[in-house]
Amino acid sequence: MAKGLGAVVVDIPRCKGCSLCVAACPTKTLALSRNINQKGFNYAEMAEDTCTGCGICSTMCPDAVLTVYRAKKPKAE
Amino acid sequence: MGIEVSLEGKEIVYKRPKALTDAVTHYCPGCGHGTAHRLIAEIVDELGIQGTTVGVAPVGCSVFAYNYFDLDMQQAAHGRACAVATALKRLMPDKYVFTYQGDGDLAGIGGNETLHACNRGENITIVFINNAIYGMTGGQMAPTTLIGQKTTTSPYGRTTNEGNPIRMCELITTLPGVRYVERVAVNTAPRVRKAKAALLKAFKNQQENKGTSFIEIVSNCPSNWKMTPLASNKWIDDAMIPYFPLGVFKDQ
Ligand SMILES: Cc1ncc(C[n+]2csc(CCOP(=O)(O)OP(=O)(O)O)c2C)c(N)n1
Ligand code: SF4
Repeated sequence: MAKGLGAVVVDIPRCKGCSLCVAACPTKTLALSRNINQKGFNYAEMAEDTCTGCGICSTMCPDAVLTVYRAKKPKAE
Repeated sequence: MGIEVSLEGKEIVYKRPKALTDAVTHYCPGCGHGTAHRLIAEIVDELGIQGTTVGVAPVGCSVFAYNYFDLDMQQAAHGRACAVATALKRLMPDKYVFTYQGDGDLAGIGGNETLHACNRGENITIVFINNAIYGMTGGQMAPTTLIGQKTTTSPYGRTTNEGNPIRMCELITTLPGVRYVERVAVNTAPRVRKAKAALLKAFKNQQENKGTSFIEIVSNCPSNWKMTPLASNKWIDDAMIPYFPLGVFKDQ
């Protein structure tokens, strides 16, 4: 997969740092931040530009904090 | 710091379902209750039934489910969710009515209400979260606690002296009023997808009024199992699923 096809936006204040998304991501895009959110959790963030937009992270997230983006398909002529 | 990624030329393929409120849940990090809530909310969104769905919240960790679902909700006394759902559905047959209950609620104190609602074949969807423990009250033994499992009330591990863990799906399946019974899990992504498909079917079944749909979700309780979220999801594979096999038990 080419780089940067997808992206994940984390709703940081809502993330509890459970790391289920980090473990589930097949391209090792996600990691827990060294920073903490308002609740004191090391929240999830994109660590690499390797996201394919597969959405497996959001499938595992118990707190629905992830919005997943994927490159628009080029329109057929 | 994470990396900055441009969203230009990209479209949203997943976002938080509308049928969840903006509230941050009080569930512990990694708890399957959140995943189960999310799946129900996704289904409600997909079926477009936010205005016609009524949920019944239990007593247990999910007692505040009414704060988390952006749906009409009713809180039931401990174990009585199926009885309350019976009334709701009989009075408002055009609504989608579901209960959301833990194992202490559904199989322990509410065992009677659950069995009789199923035996009457109430046209409701029962969502049963089996995490093999009483989460809310601090990790006491539940009817579904495994043999050998340590809890605060079975500190040396459960023995058969306290009875064997109840397999609710298998029990419920024998009742003629029941139409659909499936046991799913939410510890891996493929299983979460399967769980969603099962819940979707269980909700859609209400359109046909052919009896009760019962979905057992094998879930984790990292806090009271005293494990990390990842280790608890692995324990579902290693210990829970061998005793609580996944699959469809009945589909009529
Ligand atoms: C009549 C009554 N008896 C006992 C309790 C105490 N109590 C609260 S929650 C609970 C068990 C919850 O366990 P479970 O249904 O497995 O849900 P979980 O918290 O694991 O999600 C108990 C016994 C109560 N609230 N009301
Ligand atoms: S105590 Fe257990 S069941 Fe309750 S929210 Fe925490 S992890 Fe979930």
